[in-house]
Amino acid sequence: MKEGIINYRIHQAIVRLWIHLVLLILLLAFLMPVLWMLSTALKPASQVLIVPPQWIPKPIRLMNFVEMWRLGNFGRGLINSSIITFGAMLGIFFSSPMVAFGFARLRFFARDALFVIVLATLMLPAQVTLIPLYVIYKYLKWLDTFYPFIVPAFMGGGAFYIFLLRQFFLTIPFELEDAARIDGCSTWRIFLQIFLPLSKPALATIGIFSFINGWNAYFGPLVFLSSPEKMPVTVVLATFKDVQGGIQYNLVMAAAFVAVLPCIIAFFLAQEYLVGGIALTGMKG
Amino acid sequence: MQAINIRVSPHFKRNVEGYVFIGPWLLGFLAFILGPFVFSFILSLSEWNIGQPPRFIGLANFSKLIGDELFWKSLRITTVFVMISVILRVSIALALATLLHQKVVGRRLFQAGFYLPVMFSGVTLGVVWAWIFPTDYGLLNDLLRRVGIPGLRWLSSPGLALWSIIMMSMWRVGGMMVIFLAALEDIPRELYEAAEIDGAGALSKFFSITVPMITPIVLFNLIMSIIGSFQVFGEVQVLTNGGPYNSTLVYMLYLYRQAFTYFHMGYGSALAWVLFVLIILLTIAILRSSKRWVYYGGVRL
Repeated sequence: MKEGIINYRIHQAIVRLWIHLVLLILLLAFLMPVLWMLSTALKPASQVLIVPPQWIPKPIRLMNFVEMWRLGNFGRGLINSSIITFGAMLGIFFSSPMVAFGFARLRFFARDALFVIVLATLMLPAQVTLIPLYVIYKYLKWLDTFYPFIVPAFMGGGAFYIFLLRQFFLTIPFELEDAARIDGCSTWRIFLQIFLPLSKPALATIGIFSFINGWNAYFGPLVFLSSPEKMPVTVVLATFKDVQGGIQYNLVMAAAFVAVLPCIIAFFLAQEYLVGGIALTGMKG
Repeated sequence: MQAINIRVSPHFKRNVEGYVFIGPWLLGFLAFILGPFVFSFILSLSEWNIGQPPRFIGLANFSKLIGDELFWKSLRITTVFVMISVILRVSIALALATLLHQKVVGRRLFQAGFYLPVMFSGVTLGVVWAWIFPTDYGLLNDLLRRVGIPGLRWLSSPGLALWSIIMMSMWRVGGMMVIFLAALEDIPRELYEAAEIDGAGALSKFFSITVPMITPIVLFNLIMSIIGSFQVFGEVQVLTNGGPYNSTLVYMLYLYRQAFTYFHMGYGSALAWVLFVLIILLTIAILRSSKRWVYYGGVRL
């Protein structure tokens, strides 16, 4: 009997060892492109096209990170991406909590039907509205400006954020709200002074999602912008690949690294909010 | 003059307040979603090259589509991409989540590592992999050669390019994995304990408890990733731009060219509507079939 338990324990330990081993190999496979990008970004030009490829840069060349700025509008791209991203975030923070609060806590005509529409737009593929939006922006004289990325954000901020915040607001106990109402609080004060302060984790989730989405946007800027000096970093990076061929790949990789760096930093700063938020989206309610 | 004294009912006041709160969304929905949505349908029935005023041509765009070889080709390519890539991604994400769920040491680190690639935009993804795929000096072929497999022409052979892109798309399963992991955590432990008492092994526990319990999440991931995959664009444009010989001409790339390279706005809208209807039909089909394979007994949804 005792021997059986020991055997079982040994068996369990071996299984656990295997699981860790498999995970470690997979992790390596997942991180390989990132490591390869970093390795190339630190190589001198003479080492880039060597066959077979070498992992360790010899010598480590940090000058790549200086020279890459000469590749084109890269610096300008970073500034443009920042304007677009923070402009959109401002709009999302201004409007989506308000709308989400309305859907979560107020009772009004056709509320549930309208919320179903919010959820439906979550599944609406962007390409259906793309061409008409181009035409609308053309008439508004918004083409080749940042308005298309910022102004709509002030109008609810997007179905995903509304949905996420509403799910969060639903978890806040009604007693809190009732007590405030008895004390004569207006709906606005309840929203601003009770709900918003309690929603810091959900707002952090919204913040990181909107930052990453804004920073990584490509299709919209490609369609709605035309001047090279207005392009965000994604579009600028895409042009490097064509112009440089394989020759200056160390510089292109340095640029690619700098381009994703803000998202990676944001990820490590707010990992728990990001993961928590993703987990929340899976729970339809 | 008589003082106007309208008695505002509390009911009315409540409605006004509600609409003030959701007002921004309602305005945005009308101006930037519903309006364009209707407009798009009208455009799909007209010929419009931006320069001249649009001309109503009925269903001519759609009958032109039927004879358009590139339309069929891009539809075929996108269907292959969506089917294979989504099935593989859902499976891999579930496998990773299941592994991470086994009381793993350093789980946070693993989770962060698997999720990290999701931070890359499609473009950066494409740019990085453009430096992994090259036949002669690429990393991938080097790894293959080390284990004695001759290098492949990943992006330059028409038969392989689409598969290379499918393979690359596996790199970003992290988001789905995290959703699965959260769902796995919600499965009551008692179910596994009861099964263990009955002598169930690891595999039978996985297929008889884990899989049925997370089918609602599988459904969610399936639908969201199908919709997302139909819109694949950035990474393909950067890596192959549709080539070689249009073998990776995904639907969005063709739509983009028609609408914003040739400025065939009407034809582009027709293309968009066909895709939209296909996505809707596919979603409905999956939702219908889900009655047979999704188990709603465990978690209330």
